[in-house]
Amino acid sequence: MPKPSQSKRLLLAFAGVAAFLLLWEAVPWFGLVRPILLPPPSAIPETFWREVQSGAWHTAVLSSLGHYLWGLFLGSFLGVALGVLAGMSRSLEDFTSWVVRLLRPIPGLAWVPFAIIWFGVTPSAAIFIIVVGVFWINFFAALGAVQAVDRDLIELADAFGHRGPVAKLFKVILPASVSPIMAGLRTGLGQAWMAVVAAELFGVPGLGQRMMQASSLLATDIVVVYMITMAVLYGIIDSTFVAVRDRLLRWKA
Amino acid sequence: MISIKDLSLAFPGERGPTTVLQDFDLTIGRGEFVAVVGASGVGKSTLLRVIAGLVRPQSGSVVSDQGPTPGRRPYALVFQDSRMLPWRRVVKNVEFGLEGLGLPKAEKRRRALDALALVGLKDKADRWPHQLSGGQRQRVAIARALAVDPDLLMMDEPFGALDAITRQTLQDELVDLWQRTGKTILFVTHDIDEAVYLADRVVLLAGSPAGVRSEDQVTTPRPRRRDDAQARATAAAIRDRLSDYVEQGAGI
Ligand SMILES: Nc1ncnc2c1ncn2[C@@H]1O[C@H](COP(=O)(O)OP(=O)(O)O)[C@@H](O)[C@H]1O
Ligand SMILES: [Mg+2]
Repeated sequence: MPKPSQSKRLLLAFAGVAAFLLLWEAVPWFGLVRPILLPPPSAIPETFWREVQSGAWHTAVLSSLGHYLWGLFLGSFLGVALGVLAGMSRSLEDFTSWVVRLLRPIPGLAWVPFAIIWFGVTPSAAIFIIVVGVFWINFFAALGAVQAVDRDLIELADAFGHRGPVAKLFKVILPASVSPIMAGLRTGLGQAWMAVVAAELFGVPGLGQRMMQASSLLATDIVVVYMITMAVLYGIIDSTFVAVRDRLLRWKA
Repeated sequence: MISIKDLSLAFPGERGPTTVLQDFDLTIGRGEFVAVVGASGVGKSTLLRVIAGLVRPQSGSVVSDQGPTPGRRPYALVFQDSRMLPWRRVVKNVEFGLEGLGLPKAEKRRRALDALALVGLKDKADRWPHQLSGGQRQRVAIARALAVDPDLLMMDEPFGALDAITRQTLQDELVDLWQRTGKTILFVTHDIDEAVYLADRVVLLAGSPAGVRSEDQVTTPRPRRRDDAQARATAAAIRDRLSDYVEQGAGI
Protein backbone atom coordinates (compact mmCIF):
# COMPACT_ATOMS: atom_id res chain seq x y z
CA MET A 1 0.00 0.00 0.00
CA PRO A 2 1.49 3.39 -0.93
CA LYS A 3 2.04 5.72 2.00
CA PRO A 4 -0.36 8.69 1.88
CA SER A 5 1.44 12.02 1.75
CA GLN A 6 1.90 14.12 4.89
CA SER A 7 -0.50 16.84 3.73
CA LYS A 8 -3.17 14.31 2.83
CA ARG A 9 -2.94 12.76 6.28
CA LEU A 10 -3.20 16.18 7.92
CA LEU A 11 -6.18 17.01 5.76
CA LEU A 12 -7.91 13.79 6.75
CA ALA A 13 -7.30 14.49 10.43
CA PHE A 14 -8.86 17.94 10.06
CA ALA A 15 -11.78 16.54 8.12
CA GLY A 16 -12.32 14.04 10.94
CA VAL A 17 -12.43 16.78 13.58
CA ALA A 18 -14.74 18.90 11.41
CA ALA A 19 -17.12 16.00 10.83
CA PHE A 20 -17.16 15.26 14.54
CA LEU A 21 -17.98 18.90 15.43
CA LEU A 22 -20.66 19.03 12.73
CA LEU A 23 -22.35 15.90 13.97
CA TRP A 24 -22.22 17.22 17.51
CA GLU A 25 -23.69 20.55 16.39
CA ALA A 26 -26.40 18.79 14.39
CA VAL A 27 -27.70 16.59 17.18
CA PRO A 28 -29.10 19.42 19.40
CA TRP A 29 -29.88 21.58 16.33
CA PHE A 30 -32.25 18.99 14.91
CA GLY A 31 -33.80 18.65 18.32
CA LEU A 32 -32.65 15.07 18.74
CA VAL A 33 -31.39 15.99 22.21
CA ARG A 34 -32.24 19.05 24.25
CA PRO A 35 -29.40 21.63 24.23
CA ILE A 36 -29.33 21.56 28.03
CA LEU A 37 -28.36 17.89 27.88
CA LEU A 38 -25.86 18.36 25.05
CA PRO A 39 -24.70 21.95 24.49
CA PRO A 40 -23.72 22.57 20.84
CA PRO A 41 -20.03 23.30 20.21
CA SER A 42 -20.92 26.76 18.85
CA ALA A 43 -21.99 27.75 22.38
CA ILE A 44 -18.70 26.75 23.94
CA PRO A 45 -16.39 29.71 23.05
CA GLU A 46 -18.74 32.18 24.71
CA THR A 47 -19.00 30.08 27.86
CA PHE A 48 -15.24 29.71 27.89
CA TRP A 49 -14.82 33.48 27.70
CA ARG A 50 -17.20 33.99 30.61
CA GLU A 51 -15.27 31.47 32.71
CA VAL A 52 -11.99 33.23 31.87
CA GLN A 53 -13.36 36.68 32.69
CA SER A 54 -14.78 35.61 36.03
CA GLY A 55 -11.36 34.20 36.91
CA ALA A 56 -12.85 30.77 37.63
CA TRP A 57 -10.95 29.19 34.78
CA HIS A 58 -7.49 30.37 35.92
CA THR A 59 -8.09 29.37 39.49
CA ALA A 60 -9.37 25.94 38.58
CA VAL A 61 -6.67 25.22 36.01
CA LEU A 62 -3.82 26.41 38.22
CA SER A 63 -4.93 24.46 41.22
CA SER A 64 -5.61 21.30 39.20
CA LEU A 65 -2.27 21.59 37.45
CA GLY A 66 -0.65 21.84 40.85
CA HIS A 67 -2.34 18.66 42.04
CA TYR A 68 -1.59 16.96 38.75
CA LEU A 69 2.09 17.81 38.62
CA TRP A 70 2.79 17.02 42.26
CA GLY A 71 0.83 13.79 42.19
CA LEU A 72 2.36 12.75 38.92
CA PHE A 73 5.87 13.57 40.05
CA LEU A 74 5.63 11.83 43.42
CA GLY A 75 3.71 8.82 42.13
CA SER A 76 5.99 8.33 39.13
CA PHE A 77 9.16 8.84 41.14
CA LEU A 78 8.15 6.46 43.92
CA GLY A 79 6.79 3.92 41.46
CA VAL A 80 9.90 3.91 39.28
CA ALA A 81 12.31 3.97 42.22
CA LEU A 82 10.66 1.09 44.08
CA GLY A 83 10.07 -0.83 40.86
CA VAL A 84 13.74 -0.55 39.93
CA LEU A 85 14.84 -1.62 43.40
CA ALA A 86 12.50 -4.61 43.42
CA GLY A 87 13.67 -5.46 39.92
CA MET A 88 17.30 -5.45 41.00
CA SER A 89 16.88 -7.42 44.18
CA ARG A 90 15.31 -10.83 44.10
CA SER A 91 14.83 -10.83 47.87
CA LEU A 92 13.17 -7.40 47.86
CA GLU A 93 10.82 -8.62 45.17
CA ASP A 94 9.94 -11.71 47.19
CA PHE A 95 9.63 -9.65 50.36
CA THR A 96 7.14 -7.27 48.79
CA SER A 97 5.34 -9.71 46.50
CA TRP A 98 2.31 -10.34 48.74
CA VAL A 99 1.98 -6.75 49.92
CA VAL A 100 1.95 -5.76 46.26
CA ARG A 101 -0.57 -8.44 45.38
CA LEU A 102 -2.95 -7.21 48.12
CA LEU A 103 -2.62 -3.47 47.54
CA ARG A 104 -2.52 -3.42 43.78
CA PRO A 105 -6.17 -4.27 43.01
CA ILE A 106 -7.49 -1.51 45.28
CA PRO A 107 -8.48 1.32 42.92
CA GLY A 108 -7.18 4.80 43.66
CA LEU A 109 -10.71 6.03 44.37
CA ALA A 110 -11.15 3.52 47.16
CA TRP A 111 -8.54 5.53 49.04
CA VAL A 112 -10.73 8.64 49.10
CA PRO A 113 -12.09 8.01 52.62
CA PHE A 114 -8.58 7.59 53.98
CA ALA A 115 -7.33 10.57 52.01
CA ILE A 116 -9.98 12.73 53.68
CA ILE A 117 -9.40 11.29 57.12
CA TRP A 118 -5.63 11.74 56.88
CA PHE A 119 -5.40 15.02 55.00
CA GLY A 120 -8.86 16.58 55.23
CA VAL A 121 -10.39 18.19 52.14
CA THR A 122 -7.05 19.68 51.10
CA PRO A 123 -4.78 19.67 48.05
CA SER A 124 -2.68 17.04 49.83
CA ALA A 125 -5.66 14.67 49.77
CA ALA A 126 -6.09 15.17 46.03
CA ILE A 127 -2.36 14.68 45.46
CA PHE A 128 -2.46 11.50 47.51
CA ILE A 129 -5.22 10.05 45.32
CA ILE A 130 -3.24 10.91 42.19
CA VAL A 131 -0.08 9.39 43.62
CA VAL A 132 -1.91 6.13 44.26
CA GLY A 133 -3.33 6.30 40.74
CA VAL A 134 0.02 6.50 38.98
CA PHE A 135 2.22 4.60 41.43
CA TRP A 136 1.31 1.08 40.37
CA ILE A 137 1.58 1.72 36.65
CA ASN A 138 5.11 2.95 37.12
CA PHE A 139 6.04 0.34 39.70
CA PHE A 140 5.14 -2.53 37.39
CA ALA A 141 6.59 -0.87 34.30
CA ALA A 142 9.93 -0.33 36.06
CA LEU A 143 9.95 -3.77 37.69
CA GLY A 144 9.30 -5.49 34.37
CA ALA A 145 11.78 -3.29 32.54
CA VAL A 146 14.61 -3.99 34.96
CA GLN A 147 13.93 -7.72 35.03
CA ALA A 148 13.98 -7.81 31.24
CA VAL A 149 17.43 -6.23 30.94
CA ASP A 150 19.64 -8.46 28.81
CA ARG A 151 21.81 -10.58 31.16
CA ASP A 152 24.59 -10.38 28.59
CA LEU A 153 24.81 -6.62 29.08
CA ILE A 154 25.06 -7.10 32.84
CA GLU A 155 27.88 -9.53 32.22
CA LEU A 156 29.51 -6.96 29.97
CA ALA A 157 29.41 -4.46 32.82
CA ASP A 158 31.08 -7.02 35.09
CA ALA A 159 33.70 -7.82 32.48
CA PHE A 160 34.63 -4.17 32.10
CA GLY A 161 34.92 -3.42 35.78
CA HIS A 162 31.47 -2.07 36.63
CA ARG A 163 30.81 -4.59 39.36
CA GLY A 164 28.85 -2.76 42.07
CA PRO A 165 25.06 -2.41 41.98
CA VAL A 166 25.23 1.38 41.66
CA ALA A 167 27.63 1.25 38.71
CA LYS A 168 25.48 -1.41 37.05
CA LEU A 169 22.34 0.63 37.69
CA PHE A 170 23.63 3.75 35.98
CA LYS A 171 25.82 2.18 33.29
CA VAL A 172 23.44 -0.53 32.08
CA ILE A 173 20.19 -1.17 33.93
CA LEU A 174 18.63 2.29 33.76
CA PRO A 175 19.64 3.12 30.17
CA ALA A 176 18.49 -0.33 29.05
CA SER A 177 15.10 0.17 30.74
CA VAL A 178 14.42 3.72 29.60
CA SER A 179 12.07 2.68 26.84
CA PRO A 180 9.57 0.60 28.87
CA ILE A 181 9.83 2.95 31.87
CA MET A 182 8.94 5.83 29.55
CA ALA A 183 5.93 3.86 28.34
CA GLY A 184 4.80 3.51 31.96
CA LEU A 185 5.35 7.20 32.67
CA ARG A 186 3.28 8.08 29.63
CA THR A 187 0.38 5.88 30.68
CA GLY A 188 0.62 7.67 34.02
CA LEU A 189 0.26 11.07 32.33
CA GLY A 190 -3.23 10.08 31.19
CA GLN A 191 -4.17 8.14 34.28
CA ALA A 192 -3.27 11.12 36.48
CA TRP A 193 -5.88 13.36 34.79
CA MET A 194 -8.59 10.86 35.62
CA ALA A 195 -7.35 10.84 39.18
CA VAL A 196 -7.35 14.67 39.25
CA VAL A 197 -11.04 14.83 38.40
CA ALA A 198 -11.93 12.03 40.78
CA ALA A 199 -9.87 13.54 43.58
CA GLU A 200 -11.46 16.99 43.18
CA LEU A 201 -15.02 15.69 43.02
CA PHE A 202 -15.10 15.49 46.79
CA GLY A 203 -14.47 19.20 47.14
CA VAL A 204 -10.81 20.07 46.69
CA PRO A 205 -10.82 23.17 44.43
CA GLY A 206 -9.91 22.59 40.80
CA LEU A 207 -11.32 21.50 37.47
CA GLY A 208 -13.14 18.52 38.91
CA GLN A 209 -14.85 20.56 41.57
CA ARG A 210 -15.85 23.26 39.07
CA MET A 211 -17.34 20.59 36.80
CA MET A 212 -19.25 19.14 39.71
CA GLN A 213 -20.71 22.57 40.63
CA ALA A 214 -21.65 23.22 37.02
CA SER A 215 -23.35 19.88 36.55
CA SER A 216 -25.45 20.32 39.68
CA LEU A 217 -26.73 23.57 38.08
CA LEU A 218 -27.22 21.73 34.76
CA ALA A 219 -24.69 24.17 33.24
CA THR A 220 -23.52 21.53 30.80
CA ASP A 221 -21.74 24.10 28.62
CA ILE A 222 -19.39 24.82 31.52
CA VAL A 223 -18.80 21.10 31.98
CA VAL A 224 -17.84 20.87 28.33
CA VAL A 225 -15.45 23.85 28.67
CA TYR A 226 -13.53 22.00 31.36
CA MET A 227 -13.61 18.72 29.49
CA ILE A 228 -11.99 20.47 26.54
CA THR A 229 -9.56 22.29 28.84
CA MET A 230 -8.43 18.96 30.23
CA ALA A 231 -8.13 17.40 26.80
CA VAL A 232 -5.99 20.30 25.59
CA LEU A 233 -3.79 20.28 28.69
CA TYR A 234 -3.31 16.54 28.31
CA GLY A 235 -2.50 16.98 24.63
CA ILE A 236 0.16 19.60 25.38
CA ILE A 237 1.72 17.59 28.19
CA ASP A 238 1.66 14.34 26.27
CA SER A 239 3.21 15.78 23.12
CA THR A 240 5.92 17.51 25.17
CA PHE A 241 6.60 14.20 26.84
CA VAL A 242 6.81 12.40 23.50
CA ALA A 243 9.27 14.99 22.22
CA VAL A 244 11.50 14.52 25.28
CA ARG A 245 11.20 10.74 25.02
CA ASP A 246 12.13 10.68 21.35
CA ARG A 247 15.18 12.76 22.16
CA LEU A 248 16.21 10.32 24.91
CA LEU A 249 15.59 7.33 22.67
CA ARG A 250 17.19 8.74 19.54
CA TRP A 251 19.66 5.85 19.55
CA LYS A 252 16.81 3.64 18.38
CA ALA A 253 16.61 3.18 14.66
CA MET B 1 53.10 -13.64 31.83
CA ILE B 2 49.79 -15.10 32.95
CA SER B 3 49.80 -18.30 35.00
CA ILE B 4 46.62 -20.30 35.38
CA LYS B 5 47.10 -23.07 37.92
CA ASP B 6 44.93 -26.06 38.85
CA LEU B 7 41.70 -24.31 38.00
CA SER B 8 38.57 -26.24 38.92
CA LEU B 9 35.04 -25.05 38.54
CA ALA B 10 31.67 -26.64 39.21
CA PHE B 11 28.19 -25.29 38.66
CA PRO B 12 25.57 -26.15 41.25
CA GLY B 13 22.85 -28.32 39.76
CA GLU B 14 19.63 -29.97 40.88
CA ARG B 15 21.36 -33.32 41.22
CA GLY B 16 24.51 -32.00 42.85
CA PRO B 17 27.25 -29.88 41.32
CA THR B 18 28.55 -30.52 37.80
CA THR B 19 32.28 -30.07 37.42
CA VAL B 20 32.98 -28.28 34.15
CA LEU B 21 36.70 -27.60 34.50
CA GLN B 22 39.18 -29.64 36.48
CA ASP B 23 42.90 -29.07 37.03
CA PHE B 24 43.19 -26.64 34.17
CA ASP B 25 46.78 -25.46 33.81
CA LEU B 26 48.09 -22.95 31.31
CA THR B 27 50.90 -20.43 31.20
CA ILE B 28 50.75 -17.70 28.60
CA GLY B 29 53.90 -15.73 27.80
CA ARG B 30 53.75 -11.99 27.36
CA GLY B 31 52.90 -11.12 23.76
CA GLU B 32 51.90 -14.68 22.98
CA PHE B 33 48.85 -15.60 20.89
CA VAL B 34 47.26 -18.72 22.35
CA ALA B 35 44.14 -20.39 20.98
CA VAL B 36 41.92 -22.73 22.97
CA VAL B 37 39.87 -25.13 20.87
CA GLY B 38 37.16 -27.46 22.04
CA ALA B 39 33.73 -28.78 21.20
CA SER B 40 30.78 -26.59 21.97
CA GLY B 41 29.60 -26.93 25.55
CA VAL B 42 32.97 -28.17 26.80
CA GLY B 43 33.60 -25.12 28.96
CA LYS B 44 35.52 -22.62 26.82
CA SER B 45 33.38 -19.62 27.72
CA THR B 46 33.36 -20.71 31.34
CA LEU B 47 37.16 -20.77 31.30
CA LEU B 48 37.32 -17.17 30.09
CA ARG B 49 34.74 -16.10 32.68
CA VAL B 50 36.84 -17.62 35.44
CA ILE B 51 40.03 -15.96 34.20
CA ALA B 52 38.23 -12.60 33.94
CA GLY B 53 37.02 -13.03 37.52
CA LEU B 54 33.33 -13.14 36.60
CA VAL B 55 32.94 -16.57 38.17
CA ARG B 56 34.82 -17.69 41.26
CA PRO B 57 36.55 -21.05 40.80
CA GLN B 58 36.32 -23.79 43.43
CA SER B 59 40.09 -23.96 43.43
CA GLY B 60 43.10 -22.74 41.53
CA SER B 61 44.48 -19.34 40.70
CA VAL B 62 45.02 -16.89 37.89
CA VAL B 63 48.03 -14.64 38.32
CA SER B 64 49.38 -11.92 36.05
CA ASP B 65 52.99 -10.93 36.72
CA GLN B 66 52.26 -7.37 35.68
CA GLY B 67 50.37 -6.52 38.82
CA PRO B 68 47.76 -3.78 39.04
CA THR B 69 48.54 -0.67 37.00
CA PRO B 70 46.54 2.56 37.24
CA GLY B 71 44.51 3.45 34.18
CA ARG B 72 44.40 -0.13 32.90
CA ARG B 73 42.40 -3.27 33.45
CA PRO B 74 44.12 -6.64 33.72
CA TYR B 75 41.62 -8.51 31.54
CA ALA B 76 39.34 -7.59 28.70
CA LEU B 77 36.81 -9.70 26.83
CA VAL B 78 35.45 -9.77 23.32
CA PHE B 79 32.30 -11.84 23.02
CA GLN B 80 30.78 -13.68 20.08
CA ASP B 81 28.03 -11.09 19.83
CA SER B 82 29.44 -7.59 19.75
CA ARG B 83 27.49 -6.64 22.89
CA MET B 84 27.23 -3.01 22.03
CA LEU B 85 25.30 -0.76 24.37
CA PRO B 86 22.79 0.49 21.78
CA TRP B 87 22.15 3.77 23.62
CA ARG B 88 25.79 4.83 23.41
CA ARG B 89 27.50 6.16 20.35
CA VAL B 90 30.42 4.11 19.06
CA VAL B 91 33.09 6.14 20.85
CA LYS B 92 31.15 5.99 24.14
CA ASN B 93 30.92 2.22 23.77
CA VAL B 94 34.68 2.11 23.51
CA GLU B 95 34.98 4.33 26.59
CA PHE B 96 32.83 1.92 28.61
CA GLY B 97 35.76 0.04 30.15
CA LEU B 98 37.71 3.26 30.79
CA GLU B 99 35.02 4.66 33.04
CA GLY B 100 35.65 4.14 36.72
CA LEU B 101 39.42 4.19 36.26
CA GLY B 102 39.69 7.79 37.42
CA LEU B 103 40.84 9.06 34.04
CA PRO B 104 40.20 12.64 32.91
CA LYS B 105 37.53 13.00 30.25
CA ALA B 106 39.94 14.07 27.51
CA GLU B 107 42.22 11.12 28.26
CA LYS B 108 39.31 8.68 27.99
CA ARG B 109 38.27 10.17 24.68
CA ARG B 110 41.82 10.10 23.35
CA ARG B 111 42.33 6.46 24.26
CA ALA B 112 38.96 5.47 22.82
CA LEU B 113 39.72 7.24 19.55
CA ASP B 114 43.19 5.65 19.41
CA ALA B 115 41.64 2.23 19.87
CA LEU B 116 39.08 2.97 17.16
CA ALA B 117 41.89 4.07 14.87
CA LEU B 118 43.62 0.71 15.47
CA VAL B 119 40.57 -1.11 14.11
CA GLY B 120 40.11 1.43 11.31
CA LEU B 121 36.86 2.91 12.56
CA LYS B 122 37.87 6.32 13.83
CA ASP B 123 35.54 7.94 11.29
CA LYS B 124 32.58 6.01 12.75
CA ALA B 125 33.09 7.34 16.30
CA ASP B 126 29.86 9.34 16.33
CA ARG B 127 27.63 6.67 14.83
CA TRP B 128 25.09 4.64 16.76
CA PRO B 129 25.85 0.91 16.90
CA HIS B 130 22.80 0.04 14.81
CA GLN B 131 24.29 2.08 11.98
CA LEU B 132 27.24 -0.31 11.67
CA SER B 133 27.58 -3.66 9.95
CA GLY B 134 28.13 -6.84 11.97
CA GLY B 135 31.83 -6.84 11.14
CA GLN B 136 32.19 -3.19 12.12
CA ARG B 137 30.44 -3.78 15.43
CA GLN B 138 32.82 -6.61 16.18
CA ARG B 139 35.73 -4.28 15.42
CA VAL B 140 34.28 -1.80 17.90
CA ALA B 141 34.09 -4.60 20.48
CA ILE B 142 37.78 -5.27 19.86
CA ALA B 143 38.55 -1.57 20.20
CA ARG B 144 36.62 -1.46 23.49
CA ALA B 145 38.77 -4.30 24.81
CA LEU B 146 42.02 -2.76 23.55
CA ALA B 147 41.18 0.63 25.04
CA VAL B 148 41.65 -0.63 28.60
CA ASP B 149 45.14 -1.84 27.63
CA PRO B 150 44.69 -5.27 29.21
CA ASP B 151 47.49 -7.64 30.25
CA LEU B 152 45.43 -10.36 28.59
CA LEU B 153 42.95 -9.88 25.78
CA MET B 154 40.43 -12.70 25.77
CA MET B 155 38.24 -13.43 22.79
CA ASP B 156 35.32 -15.87 22.92
CA GLU B 157 34.59 -17.13 19.39
CA PRO B 158 34.68 -13.48 18.29
CA PHE B 159 34.18 -14.19 14.59
CA GLY B 160 31.74 -17.08 14.95
CA ALA B 161 28.68 -15.03 14.04
CA LEU B 162 30.19 -13.38 10.95
CA ASP B 163 29.96 -14.43 7.30
CA ALA B 164 32.98 -16.26 5.85
CA ILE B 165 34.45 -13.30 3.98
CA THR B 166 34.15 -10.86 6.87
CA ARG B 167 35.55 -13.51 9.19
CA GLN B 168 38.69 -13.94 7.09
CA THR B 169 39.18 -10.18 6.87
CA LEU B 170 38.86 -9.81 10.63
CA GLN B 171 41.21 -12.72 11.27
CA ASP B 172 43.89 -11.02 9.22
CA GLU B 173 43.21 -7.70 10.87
CA LEU B 174 43.51 -9.31 14.28
CA VAL B 175 46.92 -10.80 13.52
CA ASP B 176 48.03 -7.42 12.23
CA LEU B 177 46.69 -5.71 15.34
CA TRP B 178 48.42 -8.21 17.57
CA GLN B 179 51.74 -7.69 15.82
CA ARG B 180 51.43 -3.92 16.10
CA THR B 181 50.32 -3.79 19.73
CA GLY B 182 52.21 -6.75 21.17
CA LYS B 183 49.14 -7.73 23.22
CA THR B 184 48.86 -11.13 24.85
CA ILE B 185 45.83 -12.89 23.38
CA LEU B 186 43.81 -15.88 24.53
CA PHE B 187 41.51 -16.78 21.67
CA VAL B 188 38.72 -19.32 22.10
CA THR B 189 37.15 -21.07 19.12
CA HIS B 190 35.60 -24.35 18.05
CA ASP B 191 37.12 -23.85 14.59
CA ILE B 192 40.45 -25.72 14.58
CA ASP B 193 41.53 -24.23 11.24
CA GLU B 194 40.98 -20.75 12.61
CA ALA B 195 43.01 -21.56 15.72
CA VAL B 196 45.91 -22.96 13.71
CA TYR B 197 45.85 -20.04 11.29
CA LEU B 198 45.94 -17.41 14.03
CA ALA B 199 47.83 -18.69 17.04
CA ASP B 200 51.39 -19.44 18.13
CA ARG B 201 50.09 -22.27 20.24
CA VAL B 202 46.85 -24.27 20.16
CA VAL B 203 45.50 -25.77 23.35
CA LEU B 204 42.92 -28.54 23.15
CA LEU B 205 40.26 -28.34 25.84
CA ALA B 206 38.33 -31.59 26.08
CA GLY B 207 36.89 -34.20 28.41
CA SER B 208 34.24 -33.99 31.03
CA PRO B 209 35.26 -32.37 33.27
CA ALA B 210 37.44 -30.53 30.80
CA GLY B 211 41.15 -29.89 31.03
CA VAL B 212 44.10 -29.23 28.74
CA ARG B 213 44.48 -32.39 26.62
CA SER B 214 47.21 -31.26 24.25
CA GLU B 215 49.27 -28.27 23.22
CA ASP B 216 50.67 -27.72 19.73
CA GLN B 217 53.13 -25.04 18.73
CA VAL B 218 52.36 -23.62 15.33
CA THR B 219 55.74 -22.68 13.92
CA THR B 220 54.58 -21.61 10.47
CA PRO B 221 56.16 -18.19 9.88
CA ARG B 222 54.00 -15.14 9.38
CA PRO B 223 52.43 -13.87 7.22
CA ARG B 224 50.75 -17.24 6.90
CA ARG B 225 48.87 -18.82 4.05
CA ARG B 226 45.54 -20.45 4.75
CA ASP B 227 46.58 -23.57 2.85
CA ASP B 228 49.97 -24.00 4.56
CA ALA B 229 50.77 -27.75 4.60
CA GLN B 230 52.37 -27.85 8.05
CA ALA B 231 49.47 -25.97 9.61
CA ARG B 232 47.03 -28.34 7.94
CA ALA B 233 48.85 -31.32 9.39
CA THR B 234 48.71 -29.77 12.86
CA ALA B 235 44.98 -29.10 12.43
CA ALA B 236 44.38 -32.68 11.30
CA ALA B 237 46.22 -34.06 14.32
CA ILE B 238 44.18 -31.91 16.72
CA ARG B 239 40.98 -32.93 14.97
CA ASP B 240 41.86 -36.63 15.44
CA ARG B 241 42.54 -36.16 19.13
CA LEU B 242 39.34 -34.18 19.56
CA SER B 243 37.22 -36.83 17.85
CA ASP B 244 38.68 -39.45 20.23
CA TYR B 245 37.38 -37.39 23.14
CA VAL B 246 34.03 -36.85 21.48
CA GLU B 247 33.67 -40.63 20.91
CA GLN B 248 34.67 -41.37 24.49
CA GLY B 249 32.20 -38.85 25.69
CA ALA B 250 29.43 -40.04 23.37
CA GLY B 251 26.18 -40.36 25.22
CA ILE B 252 26.75 -37.33 27.41
N1 LIG C 1 25.70 -20.38 34.70
C1 LIG C 1 25.74 -21.71 34.47
N2 LIG C 1 25.09 -22.55 35.32
C2 LIG C 1 25.13 -23.89 35.12
N3 LIG C 1 25.76 -24.47 34.11
C3 LIG C 1 26.42 -23.69 33.23
C4 LIG C 1 26.44 -22.28 33.37
N4 LIG C 1 27.18 -21.76 32.35
C5 LIG C 1 27.58 -22.81 31.61
N5 LIG C 1 27.14 -23.97 32.14
C6 LIG C 1 27.44 -25.31 31.62
O1 LIG C 1 28.83 -25.46 31.56
C7 LIG C 1 29.19 -26.15 30.39
C8 LIG C 1 30.18 -25.34 29.59
O2 LIG C 1 29.54 -24.20 29.04
P1 LIG C 1 30.35 -23.14 28.16
O3 LIG C 1 31.55 -22.71 28.94
O4 LIG C 1 29.40 -22.09 27.75
O5 LIG C 1 30.78 -24.01 26.91
P2 LIG C 1 31.47 -23.54 25.54
O6 LIG C 1 31.75 -22.09 25.64
O7 LIG C 1 32.69 -24.38 25.42
O8 LIG C 1 30.49 -23.87 24.46
C9 LIG C 1 27.91 -26.44 29.62
O9 LIG C 1 27.54 -27.77 29.88
C10 LIG C 1 26.92 -25.48 30.21
O10 LIG C 1 25.63 -26.05 30.19
MG1 LIG D 1 30.97 -20.51 24.48
